[in-house]
Amino acid sequence: MQEAVLSNQDQAAVPAAEAIIRAERIEKYYAQPSENRIQVISATDLSIVPGEILALLGPSGSGKSTMLRMLTGLSTPSAGRVYWHEKPITEAEINVSIVFQSFALFPWLTVLENVEAPLQARGVPPEERRERSMKMLDTVGLDGFEGAFPKELSGGMRQRVGFARALVVEPEVLFMDEPFSALDVLTAENLRSELLELWAKKTMPTKAVFIVTHNIEEAVLLADRIIVLGRNPGHIRTDFRVQLPQPRDRKSEGFTQLVDYIYKVLTRPDVAPAEIPGQTGGPRTRDQRQMRYQMLPHVRPGGVAGLLELLLDKGGRDDIYRLADDLAFEIDDLLPIVDAAQLLGFLKVEEGDAAITASGTEFANSEILRQKELFREAVVENVLLLRQIRRAIESKSDHTAPDEFFLDMLDEQFSEEESQRQLETAIAWGRYAELFDFDAGRRRFVLPDAQEEEIAAGEDAE
Amino acid sequence: MNLQQPFARSLVTVRTWPFFIDMGVALCALAAFFVVVSTGVYWLGRPVPVVPISNSIGALPLYAFYSIVRMTIAYLLSLAFAITYGYLAAYNPRIEPWMVAALDILQSIPVLSFLPPVVLAMVALIPGHQLGIELGVILLIFTGQVWNLAFSFYTSLKTIPREMIEASRIYRYSAWQRFWQLEMPYAAIGLVWNSIVSVAGGWFALIACEMGPIGTHYFIQLPGLGSYLQTSSAAGDIRAMVAGFAAIILIVVATDQLIWRPLIAWSDKFKFEQVESADRVKSPVLELLRKSKLFSTLPGHVAHRIEEPIYHRLAQTRECRVVRPLDAGPSGKNSITLWVLAAALAIAVIWAAVQALFMLSTITWPDLRLLFEGAAATFLRVNAALLISAAWTIPVGVAIGFNPKIARVVQPLAQVMASIPATAFFPILLIGLVSIGGGLGIGSIALMLLGTQWYILFNVIAGAMSIPSDLREVATLYRFTRWQRWTRLILPGIFPYLITGMVTASGGAWNASVFAEYSHLKDRTLETIGLGAQIDAATESGRFPMLLLATIMISLMVITMNRLVWRRLYRLAETRFKLEG
Repeated sequence: MQEAVLSNQDQAAVPAAEAIIRAERIEKYYAQPSENRIQVISATDLSIVPGEILALLGPSGSGKSTMLRMLTGLSTPSAGRVYWHEKPITEAEINVSIVFQSFALFPWLTVLENVEAPLQARGVPPEERRERSMKMLDTVGLDGFEGAFPKELSGGMRQRVGFARALVVEPEVLFMDEPFSALDVLTAENLRSELLELWAKKTMPTKAVFIVTHNIEEAVLLADRIIVLGRNPGHIRTDFRVQLPQPRDRKSEGFTQLVDYIYKVLTRPDVAPAEIPGQTGGPRTRDQRQMRYQMLPHVRPGGVAGLLELLLDKGGRDDIYRLADDLAFEIDDLLPIVDAAQLLGFLKVEEGDAAITASGTEFANSEILRQKELFREAVVENVLLLRQIRRAIESKSDHTAPDEFFLDMLDEQFSEEESQRQLETAIAWGRYAELFDFDAGRRRFVLPDAQEEEIAAGEDAE
Repeated sequence: MNLQQPFARSLVTVRTWPFFIDMGVALCALAAFFVVVSTGVYWLGRPVPVVPISNSIGALPLYAFYSIVRMTIAYLLSLAFAITYGYLAAYNPRIEPWMVAALDILQSIPVLSFLPPVVLAMVALIPGHQLGIELGVILLIFTGQVWNLAFSFYTSLKTIPREMIEASRIYRYSAWQRFWQLEMPYAAIGLVWNSIVSVAGGWFALIACEMGPIGTHYFIQLPGLGSYLQTSSAAGDIRAMVAGFAAIILIVVATDQLIWRPLIAWSDKFKFEQVESADRVKSPVLELLRKSKLFSTLPGHVAHRIEEPIYHRLAQTRECRVVRPLDAGPSGKNSITLWVLAAALAIAVIWAAVQALFMLSTITWPDLRLLFEGAAATFLRVNAALLISAAWTIPVGVAIGFNPKIARVVQPLAQVMASIPATAFFPILLIGLVSIGGGLGIGSIALMLLGTQWYILFNVIAGAMSIPSDLREVATLYRFTRWQRWTRLILPGIFPYLITGMVTASGGAWNASVFAEYSHLKDRTLETIGLGAQIDAATESGRFPMLLLATIMISLMVITMNRLVWRRLYRLAETRFKLEG
């Protein structure tokens, strides 16, 4: 059946001339003080053609938002070029809008003033501005709210203002950056269907929609074409057309199978679905999959324990999509936990299913103190960073080590921000495992008190 | 009333910069000093017409008017300069670290120590005219006010949420539209609160300047509230003195009620919040203005008339047609002229700085000893004033803060008290001290106290009010002893606020020291050991090298204290003692 849904797998063969926006081997990387550089997105080709809703899907850290910003001209690619109707984007008069995750409304302007502002920038005379804005507010169902301030509105209403502001300039391409993820489930669903309605009825003059999301169902529900990004560094894993007819039914077989397929792609980062574009010259880039430190998923040990217990209740094996559904989790919330459990050897991912391992079963069945012991063993065995921290404080005479030392090493491999987050996660794990404690005031790792005494006693005995 | 707005002086910068930038900024300051002093010395001895100051009450309104005009001009100048400075610093990555380091240093230098050379230089530039003195004084108040405004504007620009900036870019706002619809509104609240502090500091300096005779040869007095108070206290005219105080308090209260409160209430709409907060500042004046048909519609119409053509024209420019990337790094176009200019500037600065240092070579060892003794004395005095303030304001402030009813009354009062320039009380304080036989040593501490304790008080009150009631209930429930209550709950709870108050207060106290340690009363000169006294005495006798060295020392002490003590405490307050939510 996959053939039926996923026909046209290699659809990238759209004639280039038709594209509104075309990206040619765009890359994003940040130079490091050393000769290494941190690659965020590897060379990628992408085009946005008229008449389609294109969804960009990927786990966090795959550079979805960076991609959107490069395509809109807000961010300059480190290499490669972006074209607007075949003119370089930095010189073209592009006409696009962005709907932001945080809405990005100006709180000191009324709803009407917020919608009018982009028209003002284009020099539209006041009467016309008002007329067009009011019409657009009417379209998105905000009739009568024009005098309100954004903070007086609910989240859903605020995003409607965001849509009105985006559409009032009649953009050729409407970009959306996780537009529904700050909203509750029902409001998001409602807004999504209204958006589809506007699109289907051609109420908006927009020729193409580009939506960035981490919600798989959202992508399958809306998109005519889905691009799945992988991470480390960001690259296109698969790019295909969705052939399901609108309106789509979440319960239909085609729908669930497609969702399942995407889950499979996302949970098996090791299997390359397509060839990854090679590097073009320039400074040496480290292949991040062969680097020394694993990327620690930013989850709490309690989350791992919770997942394993749930999995055990389900007989030790379950479909990840169904798990997320049961938990009402989105992919960005569940996948890191699965990653962490997998990293620690507590479970295995096979064909989109999560299967608990023997050590995972023992972990899930144990009481808290034993869990900590098992966690410690798993961490020491599997996580290089934690092993190094523990070894450093054990070998030093005062049994402490500064965090800067490890930050420096992490900086070689991750961006500054990510290094900090890696270290924070390591601290949370290490504390839970009672491998070490962290003195936030002095910014040093120390041995937990009980072990300090033990070791001191041992040294005295010698 | 919401007092949790951070004052810029307390926003001790977290970022660090290389040492050479500090050095560079210090060199520039030295060079500036040299230029100012040499202009002053060149024209030294030119007669300046002395305006006789009357102490009749009938003259008071006119004097008050003069003072207010000086204040207004200085404030408007600082605002304009602060916005320009903040803008340049925030949007020019290449000079940003320099400009921020300069801000950090300049806002900790006690400006009053610059009064003599600056006034002399201005007099020299416009010889034989009162205008020179006027400009000198205005320039001085300006230097006292501008830095925390600039800092506040700069930090606001740097903290605008990224998506807001992106929205303004993708909708192709012109710089003009971005300024009025994004940057100014976002910075408004910080600017308003810092303006209150700035203007209060400005009054303190203005009164001092108007009082201050500079040297015996070139006696300078400006008609204004300060000189009025000075003259009437010298003449022992109690009625005139009371009238003078009344005028100052009236001005402060009126500014608070007619300008600041309406502004605070109005700036509430610029609060960057997702939900509307319950407690808002109310201002009857603003309510009145809003109800008035004329005032609620007229400004809008006028603005509309002016704006529309501007927007229409700007829309045709390239800026409004193309989306400019946010991360476009500094363009590689390094024109040679720019480099030549920078090099020339650097050479000039180094030359002037070296000249200034040469000036120092005339200083003898006994002079140096005197300066060091003075530095130690002033240091002790400033910290004694801070400790005394903290000692009484903490218990009182906490007691008030825990009782919301009283707090609501006392807090605005403390704020007004903080705005009353302590320098106004100085002449009468001196007379009192002399009559009971006290010296200027106590007098200067008293003056520092008058000026600084209110900042600490209202910050402590705000801190005590911010301690959640459930934490207080926990303390009661588990029967904390009094000691435990203070060490586990109250002190950690008010810590960030206390530090904010102390940082502001310490800046004020240093500034006061220059003024307080040396004084003329009738025909006597009162002085005590201290750096401030050294600065004044050096001015009196025209010994610029001493003046320079004393200023350098006082600046070094303040900057060292800021970096070693206050910045660390502030960071601690930010990380460990922050009550979340």
